[in-house]
Amino acid sequence: MINSGTGSGGAPDSWPADRAAVWRAAIGVGVATGAYGLSFGAISIAAGLSTLQTCALSLLLFSGGSQFALVGILGGGGGAISAAATAILLGSRNAFYGLRLSSTLGVTGLRRVAAAQIVIDESTAVSTAQITPRAARLGFWGTGGAVFLLWNLGTLIGAWGAGAMSDPTVFGLDAAAPAAFVALLAPRMRTAEPWLIALVASGVALASVPFVPIGVPVLFAAVVAIVLGVRR
Amino acid sequence: MWAAVLLGSLGCFLLKFAGLSVPKQVLENARMQKIAALLPIALLSALIVIQTFTTGRHLVVDARAGGLVVACVAVLLRAPFLVVVVLACAATALLRM
Repeated sequence: MINSGTGSGGAPDSWPADRAAVWRAAIGVGVATGAYGLSFGAISIAAGLSTLQTCALSLLLFSGGSQFALVGILGGGGGAISAAATAILLGSRNAFYGLRLSSTLGVTGLRRVAAAQIVIDESTAVSTAQITPRAARLGFWGTGGAVFLLWNLGTLIGAWGAGAMSDPTVFGLDAAAPAAFVALLAPRMRTAEPWLIALVASGVALASVPFVPIGVPVLFAAVVAIVLGVRR
Repeated sequence: MWAAVLLGSLGCFLLKFAGLSVPKQVLENARMQKIAALLPIALLSALIVIQTFTTGRHLVVDARAGGLVVACVAVLLRAPFLVVVVLACAATALLRM
């Protein structure tokens, strides 16, 4: 999602410079994500969740795309199961990130629990951009920590801000989530195959809207598109 | 609402934890990698059209469509994330006036 490649040197004496570069990337990504957290807080309130529920999502679920999807489906009148299922499917990429990170991090017990919570796009991107294992570990914990702190702070402020408005649709906030999804999707659309998948998924989703419960078209469309994509 | 919040949170945490815990070969086969790459694309594109062109179980074209067009143009012009979102909201709000 956010491009933040840093760290070039591998020699032990370059560590202070490497460390500073990793921290700059971590904090830069954290600040950008905090701003994104503002919009999540506002969108979640606009979708009808309480401030407590909104903050619980950022603390406990802590995965931006999944959170936007979950509140979007609830806000559109979808059920709890389809909202949670969509969020979980969208979060499945984090399992693959964890796989790439596990040998670098080498964490066990409670440290693995803490590490798991901050396995997200940003911490993986900064960590895997590093050359040395030491810088990769700092990239993971530094970025994950900075994003966790600022994402939650942003969420709280965004929720308060939106809670103060009488009618969020007046400010076009219902268009914010699709716009956020466009921005998340864009970097993945570099070849013909993703466009085909996107066309099939959006076509199936719209076509199934009148026939299945709210929230289900997204899941249905994703399954159809994936089956097609894997079989090709 | 709470059921979705807690269920979604638990599921997402377990996926993250599983990634750090399972043996490599389980997730490393080619089909799983392919699904992992295609899933976000399918879900995000379906979410975009559903949240722009439906109200409840009805297909509609309203001010949100204008917001989506503006968001796409902003992304093509490489605008930062927050700018994309704010421009889409502003366009939608203006179209409603």
